[in-house]
Parts: sequence; structure tokens; C-alpha cells
Amino acid sequence: MAGGTSAKLAHLRAPISELNFSEEEIRRYSRHIVLPEVGGIGQKQINRASVLVVGAGGLGSPVAFYLAAAGVGTIGIVDDDVVDTSNLQRQILHTTADVGRKKVESAREALLALNPNLTIVPHDVRLNAGNILDILKNYDVVAEGSDNFPTKFLVNDACVMTDTPLSMAGIFRFSGQILTVVPREGPCYRCLIPQPPPPGAIPSCQEAGVLGAMAGAVGVIQATEVLKLILGKGEVLRGRLLLFEALQMRFEPIEVKRNPECPVCSETPSITELIDYEIACEMQPPVTTQASQ
Amino acid sequence: MSTEVVVDKELNLQGEVCPYTFVKSKLALEIMQPGQVLRVIVDNDESAANVPRSMQNEGHNVLGVTKLNTKDWQIVVQKF
Repeated sequence: MAGGTSAKLAHLRAPISELNFSEEEIRRYSRHIVLPEVGGIGQKQINRASVLVVGAGGLGSPVAFYLAAAGVGTIGIVDDDVVDTSNLQRQILHTTADVGRKKVESAREALLALNPNLTIVPHDVRLNAGNILDILKNYDVVAEGSDNFPTKFLVNDACVMTDTPLSMAGIFRFSGQILTVVPREGPCYRCLIPQPPPPGAIPSCQEAGVLGAMAGAVGVIQATEVLKLILGKGEVLRGRLLLFEALQMRFEPIEVKRNPECPVCSETPSITELIDYEIACEMQPPVTTQASQ
Repeated sequence: MSTEVVVDKELNLQGEVCPYTFVKSKLALEIMQPGQVLRVIVDNDESAANVPRSMQNEGHNVLGVTKLNTKDWQIVVQKF
């Protein structure tokens, strides 16, 4: 089952005896309700869920939009940045009129315009070892789309330590990579990359570029994975790193295994405290070797 | 349809249109127990055709579709 036995998702499986949707909700979610894999019970599970979206940028934009469209009841948005003109090529949560505004404010406005039934929680912070656990405790699932390795490693470690399912992704030029971490049931990020690469080792997308549509293509896959985790349906990318090469229009899943010596998710982890790695420039890493947002 | 069928729940969807006649019927059945019977009242021919077909596609047992008057239909479905 997608999501396995994560305790964080257990409350979503509590029995539902009433499907008391409003008329507006029935119309809004009708295309979900008629799906055998969703139905009214699945829609209620989606409405009950809370998801943290890390990064209100290229990946975070489509993730947040589609989770809001689906009716995820509580969506947290983490970003301490302001909207810049260079963002608008791919960060579709924001508009030209938002340039200069805080991204979390712009995001909140856009998401509530799409679906006013939700609770959007802006976290106008940069995640660090001191704040992440307090933020994370309120969420069932995390969708990670930050623009730097330190945040990716921090989010991975915190999710493993708190048994929180996590969708991780990265984009770079015409390439994308997506992995779903179900702690202790499949590999985590550190099973692939035990330590962050040295600062400057990987070009940022500011230097190398990224096709804007890549953010949409990959971010929507993340949103799909998150919804499958919530519903407990289908097979998520647990133990599979999905590689997307847009120029060839090729998707290739690569099997990845748990590393028995993983520094954070093995039976004898060497990392038991959260780490604030130094952020160099505005690096925008991918899931594995090259990355952007 | 046998007059001995016991209806466990009735859903009046007069005034409702496709696809919401199906959506609401599906929602009603979803929280019923297998074997229980739902009676749905609709007031348009499209729903009278589509709801039973969709219910069968979902695996439920359509016990009968009956025209009640010049516009209303009764659809009786047993949950699979």
C-alpha cells in the first residue's frame, strides 16, 4: 500500500461514517468522488490531510496548486524569499504584480483563490535544525522542492527521524528526478547521497538554466505521489528514483535500495542530530547529482 | 421488481442533474453496508439511464428502474 504503515498517515484511515459534503464540495470534487480509488471516503481523507510544501518556487508551485485543487485541508508553505521577475518563468504561484512580495503571502493568496475551503499556513522562514521539528509535527506528508542541498538533507533527516513520508524532487535544464521516501520502508535521500556535495561542485540552475515547464512536469508528479500517500492507493516511488529526460521525452525508473549503512535511516545511524549545512550562494540542487528548482 | 424488497435508504434527487445524480447516489451507497438497498428518485430521463448503468459499472446490483409518473423515475440499487 502506498505509504505503508506510517504512523503519521494512520489518522487518515480512521473510519468515516458520514459523507457530509456541502453542495459546493460535491461539485468541486465530483471528478474525484466518481473515481473508484477515491470516492467520498478518499475525498474526506484528502480533506483531512495536512501537507508541508518546502519551497514556494518552481516545484512548490505546481505541488501546492494541485494539492489545493484536490482539497488537501491544510497546506503549509515554507519560503523566506520574495518574488523576483526571474522566478516568473516557472514559479506559477506568483504573478507579475507579486514581484517584491513575500512568496508565502503570494502563494497563500493564489491557493485560496483556487480553493477557499482550505487552511494555508505560511512559514516565512528558512528551515533549520532549530525550527524544523516544531513545524513538521503539524503535517502528515512533506513535499520538498527547495533550491539548496542543505535544506534537502535537513528535510530528509527530519522526516526520517519523525517517520514522515516525503516526496523529493529536483530539476535541471531538461532533466528531472523524483523519489518518494517512506521512512524505514524504503531508501531515504542519504541512501543515495550520504553527504552533501562540496559547495560549488554542482552548477546552480541560475548558471546552467532550466526549462520552466520542467517545474510543472515534475512538480505535478510530486503532487500525485502525495495524494497517493494520503489515499493509500497505488505504488509510490518508494525504492524507485524516476528520471525524466524531457528532450528525449523519456521516463526511466531506477531501482534504489536502502543502504544498510545509511547515516540516518540504518539500524545504527551515525547521524542522530539534525545538521545545518552551510548554504553556498543560491545553489539549486537536484535529487542526485545535478539539481535546481 | 419484487414488492418484498426492503429499502434501507431513500435519496430524493429531484431537481438534480447528471453527473451529480450519480455522484450523490454513489456517496449514499458508499457508507451503506453490503447488501443494503438504496432507492433513488430522479426527475429526468438522462439520469434514469445513466445512474443505473454507472451503478452496475461499480459492481452494484440494480434491482429495478421504474417510471413513477410523467417525469419521475425510481432506481433501486443493492450495494455489492
